[in-house]
Amino acid sequence: MSVSTSVSQPAVPLPVAVPLRAALPWAIFAGVLMLLVTYFVGAEQGAVSLVSGEWVHEFVHDGRHLLGFPCH
Amino acid sequence: MPLSDDATFSVRALLVRGLIAGIVGGLLAFGFAAVFGEPSVERAIGLESAPAAHDHGDHATAPAEHEHAEEEVVSRGVQRTLGLATATGAYGLALGGLFALAFAVAYGRIGRLSPRGTVVAVGVGGFVAASLVPFLVYPPNPPAVGSPGTIGERTGLAFGMIGLSVLLAVLSVYCGRKLAARFDGWVATLLAGVGYVIVIGVLAAVLPGFDEVPPSFPASLLWDFRLASLGTQLTLWAGISLVFGVLLERGLRRESRSLMVTAG
Repeated sequence: MSVSTSVSQPAVPLPVAVPLRAALPWAIFAGVLMLLVTYFVGAEQGAVSLVSGEWVHEFVHDGRHLLGFPCH
Repeated sequence: MPLSDDATFSVRALLVRGLIAGIVGGLLAFGFAAVFGEPSVERAIGLESAPAAHDHGDHATAPAEHEHAEEEVVSRGVQRTLGLATATGAYGLALGGLFALAFAVAYGRIGRLSPRGTVVAVGVGGFVAASLVPFLVYPPNPPAVGSPGTIGERTGLAFGMIGLSVLLAVLSVYCGRKLAARFDGWVATLLAGVGYVIVIGVLAAVLPGFDEVPPSFPASLLWDFRLASLGTQLTLWAGISLVFGVLLERGLRRESRSLMVTAG
């Protein structure tokens, strides 16, 4: 029993949880960027429009439909 | 470089792997969408641009959508290839990055799950909370379905549903961890899951619904489109989870470990 458990142990110890203090700046910065990307794929020039015209909407049109966002 | 026992994941290393997994997942989703989704999108656009040929029901919405189809800012050929690939790739990249950050926060905090077990938990939970539940509450529509007059309300509610569902899922995981101190893990997980489902059910019943499918729109085409849409999202989540899991395990091997973990 003790032999089998010692065999299944990883060769090196597993990392511990990442401190929230270390993850927070990344989470805020990357989170905001990622949400902006999602906005352009999912909503720009549909319900709301930052860039004038229809180009963004038309370009991502099929992806917006198939990724489940309301398109028009 | 020997690392201490309280070594922890480098968030930078996780984010890099999440972005790679996101791009790969996005390209896999593009492949699925191109093969299984495009035929139904194409058929729906055919109905949209030739409304007089098949129906008597939706004359109120037909003229506006007819004009819309004729403008052709971007050709159909570009829309279904480069446009679709850009959309799924960009969305995959965003989701992959968020996936890595969710993993960074979840690892070591949801029971005693291994790194790969945590990847599976984040992947399944993320798919259910961010894709499946919003899909069930506000099912996506193909071209020619949905009235332009409600696009603002529908977009707000669709994004709001994703946000609320993810928030509630995080909250239920948090409550589940608290409950696990009083009951055993199974009971705590079940209680938290049932709580999530009940709140979502109440929201779905209370929030406004939209019944905008024209009577003449083929039911089988609507089913094909929605199934393909769900499949596209499932492909994306599965691709991100699998690639991220593999990259994580490789990074944890002894020889590459110093790139993956930092001293605690």
